[in-house]
Amino acid sequence: MPYQVGLLAVGNRLLPPEQRTAQADALRANAITSGHRACQGCGEALGARYALDAAVRATSGRLIAANATGCLEVFSTPYPESAWRVPWLHSLFGNAPAIATGMAAAMKAKGREDVRVVGQGGDGGTVDIGFACLSGMFERNDDVLYICYDNEGYMNTGVQRSGATPPAARTATTEAVGEAPGNVFGQGKSAPLIALAHEIPYVATATIADLRDLEAKVERAMAVRGARYLHVLVTCPLGWGSAACDSVGIARLATQTGLFPVWEGRDGDVTAVAKIRRPEPVEAYLRPQKRFRHLFVPERRDDIIARVQARADRNIERFGLL
Amino acid sequence: MLRQIEGSRAVAETVALCRPEVIGAYPISPQTHIVEGLSALVKTGALAPCEYINVESEFAAMSVCIGASAAGARAYTATASQGILYMSEAIYNASGLALPIVMTVANRALGSPINIWNDHSDAMSQRDSGWVQLYVESNQEALDVHIQAFKLAERLALPVMVCMDGFILTHAFERVDMPEQAQVDAFLPPFAPRQVLDPDAPLTIGAMVGPEAFAEVRYLLHAKQMQALDAIPEIAAEFEAAFGRASGGLVRGYRTEDAETVIVALGSVLGTLEDVVDELREDGERVGALAIRCFRPWPMEEVRAALGGAERVIVLEKAFAVGIGGIVGQNVRLALDGLGVRVHDVIAGLGGRAITSASLRAMIEDGLAGRLGTLTFLDMDWELVEHELERPSGPHAENMLRDLRERVG
Repeated sequence: MPYQVGLLAVGNRLLPPEQRTAQADALRANAITSGHRACQGCGEALGARYALDAAVRATSGRLIAANATGCLEVFSTPYPESAWRVPWLHSLFGNAPAIATGMAAAMKAKGREDVRVVGQGGDGGTVDIGFACLSGMFERNDDVLYICYDNEGYMNTGVQRSGATPPAARTATTEAVGEAPGNVFGQGKSAPLIALAHEIPYVATATIADLRDLEAKVERAMAVRGARYLHVLVTCPLGWGSAACDSVGIARLATQTGLFPVWEGRDGDVTAVAKIRRPEPVEAYLRPQKRFRHLFVPERRDDIIARVQARADRNIERFGLL
Repeated sequence: MLRQIEGSRAVAETVALCRPEVIGAYPISPQTHIVEGLSALVKTGALAPCEYINVESEFAAMSVCIGASAAGARAYTATASQGILYMSEAIYNASGLALPIVMTVANRALGSPINIWNDHSDAMSQRDSGWVQLYVESNQEALDVHIQAFKLAERLALPVMVCMDGFILTHAFERVDMPEQAQVDAFLPPFAPRQVLDPDAPLTIGAMVGPEAFAEVRYLLHAKQMQALDAIPEIAAEFEAAFGRASGGLVRGYRTEDAETVIVALGSVLGTLEDVVDELREDGERVGALAIRCFRPWPMEEVRAALGGAERVIVLEKAFAVGIGGIVGQNVRLALDGLGVRVHDVIAGLGGRAITSASLRAMIEDGLAGRLGTLTFLDMDWELVEHELERPSGPHAENMLRDLRERVG
């Protein structure tokens, strides 16, 4: 992994203290402790740990969390074991943003506004079934940071298509069969751009390939009040058919191909983008994932690969990624 | 203080006296005036501290209450009809999590066909949700029972629905005795949650439970409902001692002492029903009425005691279970098991059809004469039904409305 040095290194105790990550601190919060039941190489576990630890640090430990049903909820709470060292509530699949709103309202009514609230869920719980509650929370500008860990499908129920599943990807409900194998082109939504359209104080995307960036964005999000949204691309070795050891690398390829633009926005405008450091063709991203295997065997589908490349090129153009 | 006031407005002001800290608000007729009233009270600062959240759906309204209650705040919402179905998943979640949320249900029919008028189908659809269900007969009782509901919910860590007839009560201007803030404060202590999300003592709440303990956790809901059978009369007695009037409780009999025939009902129809009982009593008929004020938990012993001496019981219901018939009637039969009392179900008032004293009187007289079957639909237009059943095609509701118009020419 050529980038796992210097600024991009995970903990980086070589930096001056003020530049070190939350994870570099031996006394860090450990919001999600070890021993949970996530798969090997789970990007969501990694992303959630970094995000929550950063949020705990940013709030000096005054944090409570609302969690949607999904992988993160299931693997973290096989009671009597719980991986959570922050106060944590799971209610339903589609209501985590509204639960978080209720928590924040309670804290305000009780004069305890030092206690901050994070809502979180996967892409199914966020961009599909929870979307109305999410949009409501945004438009009311409720004092909640909502974090979506996007692994591009319903992984907990066995890898089905969600509104965040990319075109051509094989899922259990978009099988790699027929003339147009995998998920359909021209569908799906960009939840972060829709969040931005609510003109809320803070919206950002991030990936587990740049954990320092993820932490920094959580810190910036916690520095402001009102509705904030963080959309984190997290690799799913099970659902994507990738090697557990490749989770960070594949997430990086998603950014370096332009397929997943990393940006930051405030009050309705994109204010910063992460430039691509080493451009890669989409093929480099697609090849290591079995969910795209049908683009290469039994015969190479240059037509479909070209359409995926066109999506990446559009992102590069649109967000000025080069 | 005596006031002439709309039922919804009176409920809003009474809920405000209970000092809710978070209100999830979404409009749906005929509940809307309640959340409107609360909105103004919060906005003027008359109710403070309180966060009033204009949510985007009933599902969110209940979810906001769940989050707020788990974070230690007294939480309230109100709904009706389709709204209760849309929040149903969260209704079950709130009771499963043992969160003492109070919700007003301004009872209204369920579609399709869409219908905004009163019946009890909405609340009855949630009768097995684990919530306590209290039905009120008048606006005065609505006020009094809301105050009791918060106390009951928080004493048992159990959510409570206060069911009041939509329009008939919510939109009726009546004289009520409005409670005073000091009285309510003395009666209802601040919310002391049995579980709370607090950074100083982190809890995990809402974990998955497998076959090893699921039945036991769910059974707690039943156990608490059984406790509510004791707590509800206790709280009603405390209320009477503090406020000087009787309200709430499990059941209330009207001229049942020597009654051979007792009509069982829920909600505002009791007023008309008692007038008819009085008329029939004047004619020498030994009839009485029984108000079910608490439907969940089901007050088995009290119902058995009140009805066990009767020869026949007529259960007047504003909802029904499609494919079988009465809902309350099934519960009454269970309470009367082994006593040999004949029980008749009469479904009436669906979708806001007026239940007139003339119809009630004729129905009871049919019962007295042995002409009442097991299941009766009061004032049903059978010609309309038969005609549509014979028709091979087309949408039912629209066909039947056209038939009605053609009938009047």
